[in-house]
Amino acid sequence: MIESILAPSVFASAIRLATPYVFASVGEMFGQRSGVLNLGVDGIMLMGAFFSYYVALLTGNLLLALLAAVLVGALMGLAMAFISVTLKAEQGISGIGVYLFGLGMSELLFQKLVGTPRSVDGFPRVAIPILSDIQFLSLGEIFFNHNLLVYVAFALIPIAAFILNRTPFGLMIRAVGQHPEAADAMGVSVVRVRYITVIIGGILAGVAGASLSTALLKVFQQNLTSGLGFIAVALVYFGRWRPFGVLAGALLFSFVNALQLQISALGIDVPSEFAVMAPYVITIIALVFASKQTEKPTALTKPFDRGG
Amino acid sequence: MTTQAAITLKRINEMRMIGIVKRFPGVLAVDHVDFDVRSGEIHALLGENGAGKSTLMKMLYGLYQPDEGTVMLDGTPARVRSPHDAIQSGIGMVHQHFMLVPSLTVAENVALGMKSSRGWRLDLKGVASRLRQLSEQYHLKVDPDVPIWQLAVGEQQRVEILRALYKGAALLILDEPTAVLTPGEVDELFWVLRQMKTDGIATIFITHKLHEVLAITDRVTVLRDGRRVDTIPTHDATRGRLAEMMVGRPVVLEYQRDKTHLHAEHLRLKDVKALNERGEQGLKGVSLSVCGGEIVGIAGVSGNGQRELAQVITGLRPTQGGTIQVNGRDVTGKSATFVHNLGVAYIPEERMVDGAIKEFTCAENFILQDHAASPFARGGVLMNYGAVDRACREAIQRYEIKTPGPDTPLKNLSGGNIQKLILARELSRKPGLLIAAQPTRGVDIRATEYIHLRLLEERARGTAVLLISEDLDEIMALSDRIAVMYEGCIIGVVSREGATVRQIGAMMAGAVLESENV
Repeated sequence: MIESILAPSVFASAIRLATPYVFASVGEMFGQRSGVLNLGVDGIMLMGAFFSYYVALLTGNLLLALLAAVLVGALMGLAMAFISVTLKAEQGISGIGVYLFGLGMSELLFQKLVGTPRSVDGFPRVAIPILSDIQFLSLGEIFFNHNLLVYVAFALIPIAAFILNRTPFGLMIRAVGQHPEAADAMGVSVVRVRYITVIIGGILAGVAGASLSTALLKVFQQNLTSGLGFIAVALVYFGRWRPFGVLAGALLFSFVNALQLQISALGIDVPSEFAVMAPYVITIIALVFASKQTEKPTALTKPFDRGG
Repeated sequence: MTTQAAITLKRINEMRMIGIVKRFPGVLAVDHVDFDVRSGEIHALLGENGAGKSTLMKMLYGLYQPDEGTVMLDGTPARVRSPHDAIQSGIGMVHQHFMLVPSLTVAENVALGMKSSRGWRLDLKGVASRLRQLSEQYHLKVDPDVPIWQLAVGEQQRVEILRALYKGAALLILDEPTAVLTPGEVDELFWVLRQMKTDGIATIFITHKLHEVLAITDRVTVLRDGRRVDTIPTHDATRGRLAEMMVGRPVVLEYQRDKTHLHAEHLRLKDVKALNERGEQGLKGVSLSVCGGEIVGIAGVSGNGQRELAQVITGLRPTQGGTIQVNGRDVTGKSATFVHNLGVAYIPEERMVDGAIKEFTCAENFILQDHAASPFARGGVLMNYGAVDRACREAIQRYEIKTPGPDTPLKNLSGGNIQKLILARELSRKPGLLIAAQPTRGVDIRATEYIHLRLLEERARGTAVLLISEDLDEIMALSDRIAVMYEGCIIGVVSREGATVRQIGAMMAGAVLESENV
């Protein structure tokens, strides 16, 4: 019983399911570390999901599909940055605006341009030679037999940590999120740093959407993400604003997700509604009990104004 | 390997600001001011709060843009559009509220905004080693690898100065640098300033303390209400002349303190312990007594338990041990209302947070505590705004509060006038015990003088006054006895006669007094 619930395929699917969370959360983490809370992630993901799906449907070219998601993500990130950094609008509200825009727009475009859901070929599995053959604990199957975006997502974590902790730009991000006035006084452009991080966040949210529609599900439908982007925002808090923390959160969440799928697939008698709720409930519990000692950016959601 | 790269000192022979004007909505903050400083000179910028000193300097550092006027560096007009431009031109600034990121280390704070010698990777080791070199040269002891939040205020200031020097400042602006220092630390700072002077650095020293101007500067420019009053060589200046230039009329520099006879003990603390905001021991067993007719001054660098002391006495913070008596009655663990009703008046340190509501009118603030009492409320239920208005008008007149009227929102008043209103409110109740915490912080000289005279008047009336202040001059001018707080303890009590600034300064830094005369 336990063996079939905890089959290697469950772990492999957890790794795959973690991809959109990792992309979206790492992107969101950059924005938050510089002091901008972008609640519009889910909307940007939907737009990225639709455009990559649509381009894949039209051209069959996956690189172009990914590029479309990057572009639309960057544009929506730019919009969010303009609203919250330049216009200094309340970030919680402008993020919800961005979300609703993405939700409505992606559905409208889907209805007008596609109509009925058709699946795309999407990103194929790329088994990594030698490594994917590892039999020990089924490690090969679990880690090294996925589509390309899965590998990219996991490579992103150490890269993000490096940028944040080891580069002058990362130092600027941390300073701008903690004490923008001090960064400003040291000649750092708070506005520029925040634009860049929010646009990075938009791009990664777009890619997260693409990973969902063209790699994971290979289809688009109305509200494809069903709130996944909001979980991604919560995971940034869960991960205490650190890339590896965010990864841990994404994995925990996707594992519970995969487990729930497996349990219902095995026909075990658990009310399905309960199973669907479980990942979210567990996340909330984990968030409540997560370490209170934090690197939370003190200037989070606070617009910067130099005065005079 | 460029780790040994010498700190490149830029050089500014002369900086000249000409006809600088800065307007804020409804205020002319800086009004056609000329100001200049030369290499190897310490130039004091003296003036009261709101005189325009900081605004003028923020324009030099690129934080504000002047509406009119030009800045000349060595004879050519300079474009300082941002702090980035200022740093590039060799201008550094040590801000009054330090511009350090608490969660980052000293080295990270220094590296922030600078090009790394390793390109796209940070070179914190290189920064740290160059920083050590510089800190030796200027005797500014600092550990580059410690996060800022672990440093004391004095150490943080050292980091700020070092950072400016590291970035190659040829002109350094110091905004009220001594406000947070003990007298001993001030001496150290002055040593550094003299060192910088011999290295050819031009220094602008913003202050409102007259004796510092006389002690360290070469020239002094006085600002008042946004205008330049005059620039004179420091050796032509006296305290009296400078004060008169600042205020616009002669100022009392020493108060007459008549002998009073002591009344009964109004406040007694015995071994009081309390936690601070962070849950650490903020008060570690404080014993103290204050009698009617005396002013007991609490000296100390901020954050050594003064705030907790005031809050514990007024019932705003729970105690962890010990007893507090007011007028002979035990008030340990009693509510703030209970203590208040025993005739304890309180002028809180954070006047806009704990002392008043800035959106409320003067009249509403005036009755904040007694709003339900006669005559301000009928039967404790219905407000009697007529009586409120009358009482407030009377107070405005008696305490010389500058406001259009009782209905003006408090936020439209200057800091000095807000403080006078709070003082009026507290003293109108004829208290037996007055706790005054930082009563003149951020208050102009005229209002300061007024508040001081009122405190002395209370003393003569027989009130017990506990004066908590970081301004040692204020403590020395008013107190009968001086208690020094250090790390949550009172480490010594001395009577004012025979106490010297040097001795109290040493105690503020933690030195225990040998011959204690309690």
